[in-house]
Amino acid sequence: MSPEITITDTTRSGRITMVLALCAVLALACAPLVATSAHLNLMVQIFAYLALATLWNLLAGFSGLVSVGQQAFVGIGGYALFGLTIFADLHPLLALALAGIIGAVIALPVAGLLFRLRGAYFAIGSWVAAEVFRLLASQISALGGGSGTSLPARIVTSMASSRVWREYVIYWTGLAIAVVVIGLTIFLLRSRFGLALRAIHYNEGAARASGVNVTRVKLIVFVLAGFGTAMVGALIFLQKLRISPDAAFSVNDWTAFVIFMAVIGGIGRIEGPIIGCLIFFVLRETLADMGALYLMMLGLVAIVIMLRAPRGIAGWLSEKLGFDLVPLSRRVVFAKSKGDSHV
Amino acid sequence: MRDPLLNVSQLASFYGDFQALFDVSLRVDEGEVVAIIGANGAGKSTLLKTIAGLIAARPDAVTFAGSPIGGVPAHHLLRQGIALVPEGRRLFSSLSVEENLQIGGAYSRKGPWSLERVYQLFPILRERRHQASTSLSGGQQQMVAIGRALMSNPRLLLCDEISLGLAPIIVREIYERLPQITGDGMSLIIVEQDVVQALKASRRVYCLQEGRVTLEGESQSISREAIASAYFGS
Amino acid sequence: MDWVNSITQGILVGGLYAMFAAGLSLIFGVMRLVNIAHGDLVVLAAYLALVVTTTLGLDPLTSLLIIVPLMALIGYALQRFLLNRTLGDDLLPPLLVTFGLSVILQNGLMEIFTPDSRKLQAGAIETATLTLSSDLSLGILPLLQFGVAVAIIGGLQLLSYRTAWGRAFRATSDDQTTVQLVGVDPRHVFAMAMALSLAVIAVAGVFLAVRANFDPSMGPARLIFGFEAVIIGGLGNLWGTLAGGVILGVAQAIGAKIDPGWQLLAGHLVFLIVLAVRPEGFFPRVQH
Ligand SMILES: Nc1ncnc2c1ncn2[C@@H]1O[C@H](COP(=O)(O)OP(=O)(O)OP(=O)(O)O)[C@@H](O)[C@H]1O
Ligand SMILES: [Mg+2]
Repeated sequence: MSPEITITDTTRSGRITMVLALCAVLALACAPLVATSAHLNLMVQIFAYLALATLWNLLAGFSGLVSVGQQAFVGIGGYALFGLTIFADLHPLLALALAGIIGAVIALPVAGLLFRLRGAYFAIGSWVAAEVFRLLASQISALGGGSGTSLPARIVTSMASSRVWREYVIYWTGLAIAVVVIGLTIFLLRSRFGLALRAIHYNEGAARASGVNVTRVKLIVFVLAGFGTAMVGALIFLQKLRISPDAAFSVNDWTAFVIFMAVIGGIGRIEGPIIGCLIFFVLRETLADMGALYLMMLGLVAIVIMLRAPRGIAGWLSEKLGFDLVPLSRRVVFAKSKGDSHV
Repeated sequence: MRDPLLNVSQLASFYGDFQALFDVSLRVDEGEVVAIIGANGAGKSTLLKTIAGLIAARPDAVTFAGSPIGGVPAHHLLRQGIALVPEGRRLFSSLSVEENLQIGGAYSRKGPWSLERVYQLFPILRERRHQASTSLSGGQQQMVAIGRALMSNPRLLLCDEISLGLAPIIVREIYERLPQITGDGMSLIIVEQDVVQALKASRRVYCLQEGRVTLEGESQSISREAIASAYFGS
Repeated sequence: MDWVNSITQGILVGGLYAMFAAGLSLIFGVMRLVNIAHGDLVVLAAYLALVVTTTLGLDPLTSLLIIVPLMALIGYALQRFLLNRTLGDDLLPPLLVTFGLSVILQNGLMEIFTPDSRKLQAGAIETATLTLSSDLSLGILPLLQFGVAVAIIGGLQLLSYRTAWGRAFRATSDDQTTVQLVGVDPRHVFAMAMALSLAVIAVAGVFLAVRANFDPSMGPARLIFGFEAVIIGGLGNLWGTLAGGVILGVAQAIGAKIDPGWQLLAGHLVFLIVLAVRPEGFFPRVQH
């Protein structure tokens, strides 16, 4: 390599973001010392959505897999948790980890079928898959069939004997899941694998021609997303303590809201869904009483953003600031010229 | 002197930020055949696409029959009498030969050209009329592309490299039909890589180089040296 | 005989599914757009019919004279002013904008009409039957619905392959740029295709409303049925789409016969099996 060219992995902005993020995580980990139970509850929901939105963004924003059926994996995770704890008497946290593995295993054949559909048809196909799992779940009479069931008290108490400690455990689990999902996604996107993903995103045909195994790359992403989403699903229903097919496989709760977060925050950027998620919760806490009108407003905002600022708030911010908050691309810096090109 | 049918003056054309044409001026009289020559990437296709309305331009940079048409979309210009035979033919692959011709005439002006007349010009197309346009040979596809443009009864026909990829004998066959096309007073711009063919078929010629007109003259009297230097620069 | 009866019902319901599918397939064919709000627009048509029949005192089938042009107009405007802006190389904008539209429609209908389910009353025709044998009799209304579905598909087929509009649709689908050189404005063609799609949706919506209860949340399932019929039948083939609708209808009827909980599941399973063993569908479009 000639001495004039340097390839830098991290920009200064990235390092600053990293330090800030670490401080935030530390602060969040200590939050149970001061926060009320209601706040902790809300925080767990935010953690769950942060992870869901990041995973959806990994699929749709970075891998061209626009799914409107990720509620399938939320539901699978929830049902796996209930099944493994009720029938196999596993510890809920162990069941939660296993739920992720079950999600990943189920993602394999699902991908085998759905990958036969291109583009937008893949989206609706994924929705059909979620419907199938919802209908199957309502056939499980041991878990209450269509009306669902509650987590028995013995399992709830097996996590920790006091309510306060149970809340802490769930809180820390949620925090850990969100941090790991976001961290691993960043790591993945900055690795060689991420480079292949970006090549596919830029031009699938060209990537294929230059030897990238497009199907395998997409399969890996889909399975990883299935793993993460199912674990988040287990977390959500561990907190709710009650599950039913309609709640577990709800397209509104686990996909529409998630899409809204990604769109408003900025699809195809790591920080996008995070920003979108925070905005979503602010809106929800202030406007949710409006019911259907509130949902209509979310739909409208998503449409306007998609048309007017398709790169979302994160895109707009990085344009204003002149740098990315979470840089993913390695920069090739030419010592002599000012231009730096993204690879 | 009568007003020209087409007048291009100080035209600049862009693809996004990239400027492909600089200060191009050109005129085509009623019933005249004008050739445009130039090396690969000189801007010939860009010029034709701009005249046909596929690329936006300053309104008065292009005037047609006295009115400014720069920036008017292609589907309107077709109705005013400008038709383009695009580079690479671009036939509609899910339409049959005859349907390709019919759609060319969907917004036709009044005039001599009809399905029947196109079949008289290129009899082979009548035999192939129900076939998929993609099943034809390159020369036959070019005939369909020309016929499709003629079906609109244009006053000005723009032909972009109609010899591209065709055997010399086919090229000659197509060029032999040109007088039948212009016989009714239609004006014609032909863009060609084949300079000899272009000069033979045209009255006047323009040479483009890197987006600028570097030579203009009568096709019969222009010298080879002048063309060579206009083509490649000096 | 019981089985014959339910399978026959399934076939007739398949006509409705084919109507859902035809509109979906049409706009996908012309502009590669998948309209996630498709099913919600079916439900919108049902509610419009409810308003028209109650305020003007028309019977539902006559109300089609108003609903069809109205929906076509909505379709034209929707495409021209909203969806045309989303078209391009990127898959996300059209998908997410129609997804947003779906959320707006569902909740808007919920807000105006409440989540309660409704039904349109068509009068005597609802109970009229054609008795074929002592145990097999067919409702006139389901028969009519199937006949209309066949007529719509036949009409679309004629339009595509025999008219100037059909040529413009196909040519625009082939090459959006070159079509401008023959005088066609692709934005107008797209809007006309969406208008046509919503006209078909209007008919489907009115039949849906007459044949069964409807409520604001049932749109997505209609989208899914239409989509499954398209894939089972084979992309780009209208008659295949009819067959796909019938196959889906029959599968659901058989599923329901085995166990009511299996009605929808059986339909989805047939779809998944087709996807697994014959992803191009039963009647993929033949290049002519
Ligand atoms: N769609 C486009 N986007 C960006 N640049 C373009 C585009 N089409 C052409 N160009 C550029 O514009 C310039 C002129 O191209 P044009 O196609 O007009 O040349 P040409 O003279 O027709 O060449 P050829 O003989 O190869 O057909 C070239 O530098 C080309 O790279
Ligand atoms: Mg060219």
